[in-house]
Amino acid sequence: MPRIITPLALAGFVGLALSGLAGAADIHTKSISSTCMSCHGPGGKSLGAIPSLTGLDKAYFVKAMKDFKSGARPSTIMKRHASGYTDAEFEAMGAYFAGLKK
Amino acid sequence: MTLNRRDFLKISGAGAAITLTGCATTSSASGPRAHVVVVGAGFGGATCAKYLRTWGPNVDVTLIEPNDTFISCPISNWVIGGLRNMNDITHRYDKLSKHGIKMVKDSVVAIDPGKRTVTTRGGSTIGYDRLVLAPGIDVMTDSIKGYQDAEAAGKVVHAWKAGPQTAQLRQQLEAMPDGGTFVMSVPATPYRCPPGPYERICMVAHYFKQAKPKSKIIVLDSNADIVSKKPLFTDAWNTFYPGMIEYRGSNAPVSVDGGKMIVTTDLDDVKADVMNVVPRQRAGSLTALAGARNDSGGNWCTVNLATFESTTVPNVHVIGDSVLSGLPKSGHMATNQAKVCAAAIVELLAGRQPDAMPVIANTCYSATSGNTSGYVANVWRYDAAKGYVNQPESGATPKGDAANFVFNESWAKNIWADVLS
Repeated sequence: MPRIITPLALAGFVGLALSGLAGAADIHTKSISSTCMSCHGPGGKSLGAIPSLTGLDKAYFVKAMKDFKSGARPSTIMKRHASGYTDAEFEAMGAYFAGLKK
Repeated sequence: MTLNRRDFLKISGAGAAITLTGCATTSSASGPRAHVVVVGAGFGGATCAKYLRTWGPNVDVTLIEPNDTFISCPISNWVIGGLRNMNDITHRYDKLSKHGIKMVKDSVVAIDPGKRTVTTRGGSTIGYDRLVLAPGIDVMTDSIKGYQDAEAAGKVVHAWKAGPQTAQLRQQLEAMPDGGTFVMSVPATPYRCPPGPYERICMVAHYFKQAKPKSKIIVLDSNADIVSKKPLFTDAWNTFYPGMIEYRGSNAPVSVDGGKMIVTTDLDDVKADVMNVVPRQRAGSLTALAGARNDSGGNWCTVNLATFESTTVPNVHVIGDSVLSGLPKSGHMATNQAKVCAAAIVELLAGRQPDAMPVIANTCYSATSGNTSGYVANVWRYDAAKGYVNQPESGATPKGDAANFVFNESWAKNIWADVLS
C-alpha cells in the first residue's frame, strides 16, 4: 500500500482544529477509518462495551492493530479485521483517530 | 440547511486555508457547488448522505424518505423473540440535520437520468448532479400462490422489512397456544441478511423455551442447506433447543393457504399455527424507475464496485441490498458501501480520481439465545480485475457466547449512531 502521507503529524493537529470536518487526511484514510466507525461509533466515540478510538495515542493504536493481526493480542473479531489492512494503513488510521477530539 | 450555510462556509473556509499549508487532498469550499440527491434513508442512504456532507464541503445533499422514523432490521429478530420492543429499534432522523442535509419527506415516482431529475409523489421535481438510490429490497409476494391474499388477511407475514409486520409476528407468537407449530420459510439466495432467518429461529425458540415449551418449529429452507454461520446455528439449536426445531432443506414454498394455514412446497403440505414465509427478493423498484435494475434477470443492479455508479445509467449510483456484487446484503454492508460511494462521489465532483483501492468491512452478529451471540467478520479489498476480494482471516465463530452478546448490543448502538447522528 504505497499511500503513506508525509504530514501525518500535521493531519493530527488539523483534525483537532476541525474536529469532524476532517479536512486533512486523504480520502483513502478517511474512508478506511470510517469502516471502524460502524462498530466503534461515529468519530470513533463508542456507546457500550466496544472501546472508543477517538483521541487514542497513535503508537498505541498501531501496536494494538499489529498485535491483533499477529495474534499476540487475543481478540474476538479484531484479528479478522486487522488482517485486512496494511501496516501503512495502521499508521494512517492511527494518526487520524489520534487527531479526533475526545 | 440555509440557517447554517453562512457559518458553515466560514468553517469550511478555514479548511481551505489549511489545504494551502500542505494537505493537498483537501477539497476547497470556495469552488463550484454540486447537488447530490439520495433516495432512501435506511442504513445505506442515511450513511451516504451524512458522509457526503462530512467529506464534501462543496456538496449539497437532499435526502428523500417517505417514513417518519428509521426502523432497524438488525435487532428486529430480538423484538420477535421478546428481548427488545419496537421502541428499541425505532429511531428519529432529527440528528442528521446538523450535517446540513436537506430532508424531504416524500416518495420518488419518476427518475429522468437524461435531464438528471427526480419527481416526487408530492409533485416536486428536483435536479441532481449525482443521484444515489438506496431503496433496499422488494419482497416478491407475487412469487408464491395465495401469498398476497393470506398476507392481506393477516395470516402470513414475512417481517423482512422491520416495521408493522415485526410487531404483528410477535403478537401472533404471543397468541399461539403452547404446543403450536411455527413454520418459517427461508427464501432462495440472494436475499437480505443471510443469517437472519436462522437467528430468527433462535429467537423464536428462545421464546418458546421460556413460555411455550411444548411448541415446535419447522424450517422450510429454499436452499439446500443453512446458508450462513451453519456451525454457530447448528450448535445453538442442538445445545439450547434440543428436539424443538425440525430443519428441511431444498423445500421452497409454492403456495400459501391462509384459510387452512398450510404452506405447500414441492415436497410437503405443512400445517402451521403461525406462518412466517419470506418470499424471494429483488432490488427495490426505485432502481427500475432509473433503468438501473439491469442484470440479466432484471432483478438486481450492476455497478462499478469502486464508485457504485450504475454500469448503464451515468450519474446514478446504487448502494446496499439492491446491488449485485456477491457481497452479503446487510445493513452493515450497506453502510460501508455508502461510505465508499460517498468518498467516490466527492472525488468525482471535485474532478479527481476516486480511491482506486476502497475497503469494505463487515461485522455481523447473530443472537443465539437471550444472552449469547456469534459473529462473522470480513474485510474485502477492491481489485479492479477481481472486484472485492475477501481477506484471508475473514470468518465466523463456531459457537456463540456471552461476550459476543454484549458486543452485539454495543455494535447496534454504535452503528445506529454512525448512520443517524
